[in-house]
Amino acid sequence: MKRTFCFAKRNLKEMVRDPISVGFGIVLPITLLVLLTIINSNIPKEAQENMFAIRLLAPGIGVFGLSFIALFAALLLAKDRGSSFMLRLYTSPMTGGNFILGYTLPLLPMGVVQLVFCFAAAIALGLPFSANLLVCILVCLPIMVVDIAIGLICGTCLNEKAVGGLCGALLTNVTAWLSGCWFSLDLLGDGFRKFAYMLPFANAVDAAHAAVDGSYADIPGKLWVVCVWAVGLMALAVVLFTHKKKLK
Amino acid sequence: MNAIETKQLTKCFGALTAVDALDLTVREGELFSLLGVNGAGKTTTIKMLSGLLKPTEGTALVLGHDLLTELNAIKPYVGVSPQETAVAPNLTVRENLELIAGIYGSDRSRVQRMLDELGLQKAEKIKAKRLSGGWQRRLSIAMALVSDPKLLFLDEPTLGLDVLARRELWKVIEGLKGKVTVILTTHYMEEAEQLSDRVGVMNGGSLKLTGTPKELMETAGTESFEEAFVRLAGGETA
Repeated sequence: MKRTFCFAKRNLKEMVRDPISVGFGIVLPITLLVLLTIINSNIPKEAQENMFAIRLLAPGIGVFGLSFIALFAALLLAKDRGSSFMLRLYTSPMTGGNFILGYTLPLLPMGVVQLVFCFAAAIALGLPFSANLLVCILVCLPIMVVDIAIGLICGTCLNEKAVGGLCGALLTNVTAWLSGCWFSLDLLGDGFRKFAYMLPFANAVDAAHAAVDGSYADIPGKLWVVCVWAVGLMALAVVLFTHKKKLK
Repeated sequence: MNAIETKQLTKCFGALTAVDALDLTVREGELFSLLGVNGAGKTTTIKMLSGLLKPTEGTALVLGHDLLTELNAIKPYVGVSPQETAVAPNLTVRENLELIAGIYGSDRSRVQRMLDELGLQKAEKIKAKRLSGGWQRRLSIAMALVSDPKLLFLDEPTLGLDVLARRELWKVIEGLKGKVTVILTTHYMEEAEQLSDRVGVMNGGSLKLTGTPKELMETAGTESFEEAFVRLAGGETA
């Protein structure tokens, strides 16, 4: 475990010392939150449309913003893999599990910080502060693990240039479209909705909504799907990394 | 005891045989230099012996353990300074050393010792990416040594350094003689002659001959070590 913590400490420093990436992960969700709230305020009241109500929007954007964590994870790992520094670490007694956990641990607090900023902005935009927001942050931990695992899988299999495109553009779009984070999935038809609910993102958004609403009983029914994906993808990340690291 | 004993160690990349049935013995505490032109198989040999590449055929005993079946028992006692400078760029000099010490479970006092012994104290708070090439090399070697290895691989440690920086690193490497088994690869003949207890000349993936620098000059019938290398590695006769 000591090896993992030493490596995690290094990764945290690498990320914190790259303020542009951290700032991007915090600023973009807040910008979206503000823009969609402005749109919401300009929708005529007679339309009775509450799609962009801050109560629904904040947890959705929070989950969407976490997809940037995948980008951080992927870029860090892909950059390391292309360096001699990683060769040095491959000759050390570190295992594949040490590596993957070492990348994961510092990204969790980064995800929490992102959510705190997102909810702080939402409170400023009219979301009532309650303990439910803290519960929501806890409920978002499994989707954070999903995003980190996806990032680590991409960082293991692809080079630095490719992960930028895949995690930066494709994954964030997939998360946006398949999570229903700022629109109802019902609008895209039953088939699309069913497909989206087989994946973790929409379930994570629903669980986050339930947490913010204080409907705690609705959380486990959604969260277990996210947890299964989190465990499965993280296991896959360890297997793939160990395979890549193995003697060639 | 021998630190390294390779037995018909071979590495092929497709049709290319990078290392061909290498039989090499390096004694404990010895500074052994592997010499050869580009593509001779030096780096591939080091990569196999440090566990980065799997041999296609053959095996090796490293510190008494089989390379193929007991790699995990070997890794804690091996330090590697790869050909390219292998440092974490956004960490300071001290943080780089602390990271490696932590991963190997080394005593924290080793960090201060490396800072002192390799003259890195005045740069300890500087991020690695801001160091000059010479200082980065020095840090890279310090990182390989901070775990107190029994066996140290230095792959072209002075490549690209100016003459003063090279001489300073030589002093550091000379200081290791007798304490750590060092396998060094280099293109600089003067470096090999000055530092090595023994050298091995590789060509086309094969080990052509081994011996002290003096023995190699005698074998080649030349006055200079560089001339001896040219004859032996290039296949010229005396």
